[in-house]
Amino acid sequence: MQKEALSKGFIYLLLILGSLLMLLPFIWMISTSLKAANEVMIMPPKWIPTDIQWGNYIKAWFSAPFAMYSVNSVIVLVASTIGELITTILAAYAFSRINFYGRDIIFSILLGTMMVPGEVLLIPNFVTLSNLGWIDHYQALIVPWLASVFSIFLLRQFFLSIPKELSFAAKIDGCSDFRFLWSVMVPLAKPALITIAILKAIGSWNAFMWPLIVTSSENMRTLPVGLIAFSTDTGTKYELLMAASSMIILPMIILYIVLQKYIMEGVARAGIKG
Amino acid sequence: MKIQLRDITMRFDNVTAVDRLNVTIEEGTLVSLLGPSGCGKSTTLFMLAGLYQPTEGELYFGDRLVNKVEPENREIGMVFQNYALYPHLTVLKNIMFPLKMAKVPKKEAEERAREMAALVQIDHLLDRKPSQLSGGQQQRVAIARALVKKPKLLLLDEPLSNLDARLRLEMREEIRRIQQEVGITTIFVTHDQEEAMSISDKVLLMKDGKGQQFSPPQDMYDYPENQFVAQFLGNPPINLLSVKLRNDLQTIVLPDTEDTYQLDSLVKSYVDSNSKLELGVRPEDFYIEFDLAKAGITVEVMMVERIGRDNLLYARLGQTNLRAIVSPDVMVNRGDMVKLAIRPGRTHLFDRSNGKNLLH
Repeated sequence: MQKEALSKGFIYLLLILGSLLMLLPFIWMISTSLKAANEVMIMPPKWIPTDIQWGNYIKAWFSAPFAMYSVNSVIVLVASTIGELITTILAAYAFSRINFYGRDIIFSILLGTMMVPGEVLLIPNFVTLSNLGWIDHYQALIVPWLASVFSIFLLRQFFLSIPKELSFAAKIDGCSDFRFLWSVMVPLAKPALITIAILKAIGSWNAFMWPLIVTSSENMRTLPVGLIAFSTDTGTKYELLMAASSMIILPMIILYIVLQKYIMEGVARAGIKG
Repeated sequence: MKIQLRDITMRFDNVTAVDRLNVTIEEGTLVSLLGPSGCGKSTTLFMLAGLYQPTEGELYFGDRLVNKVEPENREIGMVFQNYALYPHLTVLKNIMFPLKMAKVPKKEAEERAREMAALVQIDHLLDRKPSQLSGGQQQRVAIARALVKKPKLLLLDEPLSNLDARLRLEMREEIRRIQQEVGITTIFVTHDQEEAMSISDKVLLMKDGKGQQFSPPQDMYDYPENQFVAQFLGNPPINLLSVKLRNDLQTIVLPDTEDTYQLDSLVKSYVDSNSKLELGVRPEDFYIEFDLAKAGITVEVMMVERIGRDNLLYARLGQTNLRAIVSPDVMVNRGDMVKLAIRPGRTHLFDRSNGKNLLH
């Protein structure tokens, strides 16, 4: 009994330490965002600001055209998430259910591309897009991100776990491949699709390097790129940077909290036995 | 709808799953495809459904050649082993699904779905999801969905194998009732002989992709065409004794003891007296003969086992073990010598080289 309680206590201790470790940067961000400028860099660091500066948030918001950045970020997020879901669904279905020549080889090559680090693709992608004349347009921010091998792989595995009999039954019921995909497979794959969408949304929302490279004018910038505004030749205004950062991550945290029950939700395997 | 299979063959790469199958299924009958796993019975069903295309042969539904007809145009309904209900749809929506695909107006579709649900007695469960149903209820939904389009042929792929024993019995009777009520030609795949025997008008027994015998179940049990059929049916299994036949084509020489036994009738075809034969007798066709003057096989009693209403006698003839179901009031003990006689007309004699039954 005692031994069990002890080992349980130990597990909890580890978990709490782990989650503290994960939370610390967030706490530090919020703490800094509420400090006065002269308190930011002092040693030893202060966790709780002496004088809470709510005004930092207002100041930060108006230091750069964040409203416009937000609109850009939302447009890019929505377009690339919907686009990726569509390509992923179609590709995953083809790779899991349709027999075509060379399917497995193509899939292996596709998986192989996951080994290529994203940075390697920066220059070729940039060159391609500039030849297309897309630099500093929405296309440049969206089109390169319309497909993801990882998502295809994830959804394909999920599709493979759906019994073949279901597609046989649908075929006998007079349901075409395309119809079966949208009216049976997609509703069943909801948890996997939501997971993919959230990963995509977070990735798109936080993307920094690519938007920085392919946008040059102010009115094409996205939120993370907009944070550069706080770093100037005379130094970085950390308290404002952190205030803006806190505002930027808020939508993603809300999105995650709202949708997390779907991510965790077990897959309903009902109606299928055996 | 009358179904004809003519020289139907199905090959996967180098494996022949179904080998020149010839069967004609009359309209309105229930036919079971029976056989050990891997015998090609499910493959045959999938060919009938149009999910597989036969490599060779012709498949007729009525007068129509359907080899190249897509499943949805074959006027069939199918129930799968795992039911394959759409998990995200309610019972009503599941049953309506085939009608929706056929673009039947919603109101009519719902009416027909409700009618079908009433036939399979699940009309009180229409708003549930499949996950909220028991196995037997899911099965009923699957049957309703298969029948809602009023198909001409109903295909059932091991529909009872996921149910527990009691429910299996109940659903077996239900399937028979529904089949007779609707009057639909039905093909039922199973590996359970009892299931096949109890509900079918005719049974097609298969082995290694080949049809072994196609006949009403009782005929198949009483008059097996070959040794495999005789051995596959019956529990406890048929007794087989390696025997020889004298030149008179009627006297059997039993193994080890060299005792003889007279057959009721002459063997139909000529058999060399050297050829190896198997005498087959079902356990329930033996009885103990006390009259010393009458013919019989003298055996040594090894054990008597009372199982429910049966009294199972284990006996030995030389090196061969035999099982006989004897009347419960017979009192015999281990080591006794008893004489087992065979009910008239119940003897089977198989040619060991090709398994053919030489008496029927």
